[in-house]
Amino acid sequence: MALPLVLTNNYTYEIAILVGLNAIVCVGLNFLIGYAGQISLGHAGFYALGAYGSAVLSARYGVYPVISVPLAVGGVAMLAWLVGKPVLRLKGHYLAMATLGLGVIVSVVLANEDWLTGGPDGMTVPPLFITGEKAWYWAVGAVLLLTVWLAQNLIDSPRGRAWRALHGSEVAAAAVGIDAARHKLAAFVLSAAIAAFAGALTAHYAGFLTPSKASFLHSVELVTMVVFGGMGSTLGAVLGAAVLTTLPQLLTVFKEYEMALFGALLMLTMIFMPQGLVPTLEKLLAAAGRKAE
Amino acid sequence: MLLRAEKLSKHFGGVHALEGVSFEVAAGRVHSIIGPNGAGKTTLLNLLSGIYRPDQGKVFLGNESLTGKPQHRFAAAGIGRTFQNLQIFFNMSALENVMAGAWLHEACGLAAAALRLPRLARAEAEARRAARELLDYVGVGRWADSPSTGMPYGALKRLEIARALAARPKLLLLDEPAAGLNPTETREIDVLIRRIAEGGVTVVLVEHDMKLVMEVSDRVLVLDHGRRLAEGEPHAVSHDARVIEAYLGVEAC
Amino acid sequence: MIAQTLLSGLTAGAIYALVALGFAIIYNASHVINFAQGEFVMIGGMAAASLVETGLPLPLSILLSVGIAVLVGLVLEKLAIEPARGASVVTLIIITIGASILLRGLAALVWDKKIHPLPAFSGDAPIAIGTATLLPQTLWVLGTTVVVVALLWWFFNRTLTGKAILAVSVNRLAAELMGISVRRVLAVSFGLSAALGALAGILIAPISFTSWDVGVMLGLKGFAAAILGGLGSGPGAIAGGLALGLIEALGAGYLSSAYKDVFAFVLLLSALVFLPNGLAGRRVAERV
Repeated sequence: MALPLVLTNNYTYEIAILVGLNAIVCVGLNFLIGYAGQISLGHAGFYALGAYGSAVLSARYGVYPVISVPLAVGGVAMLAWLVGKPVLRLKGHYLAMATLGLGVIVSVVLANEDWLTGGPDGMTVPPLFITGEKAWYWAVGAVLLLTVWLAQNLIDSPRGRAWRALHGSEVAAAAVGIDAARHKLAAFVLSAAIAAFAGALTAHYAGFLTPSKASFLHSVELVTMVVFGGMGSTLGAVLGAAVLTTLPQLLTVFKEYEMALFGALLMLTMIFMPQGLVPTLEKLLAAAGRKAE
Repeated sequence: MLLRAEKLSKHFGGVHALEGVSFEVAAGRVHSIIGPNGAGKTTLLNLLSGIYRPDQGKVFLGNESLTGKPQHRFAAAGIGRTFQNLQIFFNMSALENVMAGAWLHEACGLAAAALRLPRLARAEAEARRAARELLDYVGVGRWADSPSTGMPYGALKRLEIARALAARPKLLLLDEPAAGLNPTETREIDVLIRRIAEGGVTVVLVEHDMKLVMEVSDRVLVLDHGRRLAEGEPHAVSHDARVIEAYLGVEAC
Repeated sequence: MIAQTLLSGLTAGAIYALVALGFAIIYNASHVINFAQGEFVMIGGMAAASLVETGLPLPLSILLSVGIAVLVGLVLEKLAIEPARGASVVTLIIITIGASILLRGLAALVWDKKIHPLPAFSGDAPIAIGTATLLPQTLWVLGTTVVVVALLWWFFNRTLTGKAILAVSVNRLAAELMGISVRRVLAVSFGLSAALGALAGILIAPISFTSWDVGVMLGLKGFAAAILGGLGSGPGAIAGGLALGLIEALGAGYLSSAYKDVFAFVLLLSALVFLPNGLAGRRVAERV
């Protein structure tokens, strides 16, 4: 948070804000992937629905953005609840495919219903009451800190342990009375709501929105950030978002190679560092600590 | 009668794992289920803990029929269990495993947990203390804060028992608690089981180790090829001609 | 009108079936969902198109393209799948997704982002059958698919290598103990799937053209078809592919053409929710 003392130009603020917004989504997604051990390859769908929900309500129906944002988040949460119930009965590859399908459907609908969404060319979004990069930086930072605080509370609570138990062994979790379906749904809805919130904030910050926000590629980016940083670790989610948001900015020189490099990065990380950045670093530090003794 | 199984049957495709098995478990006693491999012992345990639905038959706990209910409802009714193939939460420490086991007594809302309301913080400290006590009770206290992945096999078997006890079950189903343990460790499990029973928990265990079964059980049920072969006191069952024949070669003591 | 729709549905379905077969073969051998399968389709079409553009005769271009795809498949297996054996489902999914992104990124560099046509195998002159018109290429697609399926049937049921692959898919440990080289089986599976994908890409390129990112949707739909038919089932993959193609064509023709791509996924979601094991999938009970 001390960064403003160091940063003076708007561009770096912009990056920091984008990192913060992605980090918020990732901390939420981590509840589903890292704690509860499920997978979602369609979370960009929830993100985009939150963004478009708030954008459409405020741009087309004149709802104040302060109100359209929570309305959109609530709407997405309800949708996630409805859709999650049947879908979360699936496991592994089947769940991955189902969430992928949902994300693609959202993205096609957003692109086709151009009377509402402006279609593939996008739509403009009215601003929130926050103006200026600095103000946004503080706002996003505050939301991120709040989300991280909530996440840390959850880990060391019975609910957090219930999620982690599901991840560890679903049958043993049920044997101690944990209702798998209910808890998976809770993680799904909560992470969807957080993604929607971040999406809505992004829409009002950027002032513009396109359906690519719901793409399969975006969903993959989000999952990568969580897994790259370290599943089950809130710090990992934030770090993953930080690294994978800033990296493309640093690599603009290699714009053409960006996609190939991203793909290579994904593969190399999962092959050589499958636990993710934070747990791997923790292990290295622990090993170094032992050597020093 | 605490637990009553009525004519339970379970088929898997063409395999009749269990056929018309009935039996009763009295509160406060230790019951063992024995039988040759493939007799249907684990299937029976899975039916009693709600992992499988019976194709026919019913399961009663007290007066309540649990038949057909989801697995977590069996746990909520007071049935706990351990598993033949360890189902430890390897992503958590030993302490967290046991704390997770106490879910039924610490359930809280998502919002309350996320906001860490004061009463929850106090409950957490209490839960931690109670979990440590349980770990000591089963004898694995020294691994409390270690990752469960670092624990030896014998300790893990006992951790599973501690986790099951954390739910404060009325009935504890143990699936081969002594499997893979050496004679000393098996004696320790024997002592533990008796302590658990003395504490008021009804125990049903599936075991191959005959010595353990004979020493610890009040009653023994023998299964063979999915059917009930014999049931009664250990001494009587071990001298039953049909049981000896089914086991051919196992020394009954 | 309906005959035309059914025909185009069948054609697309045949392509989906080939892609789905590729998924099924790799899944059977390694329990990995190869999200990069669609990129084999792309590589087949793009390599053929670019080779033809340099002046090479069509048959040679086709042969070389399939060869290139097979090579890519073998490299993928060696460099990405083998080192990650035993990793969790999530990890493996991300690795193959990464591979597909990498391949697409490379394709954009090696070739370009433009759309490329491939010459039809035996000309463009449409054949009239009653009210419908048939492109000769359609006959190539359908005919080749039938031949390929027959060859695969023969391969898996009559050759030792094919049976070895089936053995590994049923029980890897037992197969290894019987002396089957799992490494070789994996390599053959990836190579075979790559060839199938490339063939699909080459067959369809004259009709719907090819480009650097044509693999994304085709791969996803082929995957949907494989799951629809029951993951790991060859006949299921074929049935799933054909069903998908037909329903998609009918939906696009009579309901909404803007939502053409969505039909596949709606169908998939319905199947997953109501038929969790697919049309022909096996139910496996977990031992506790």
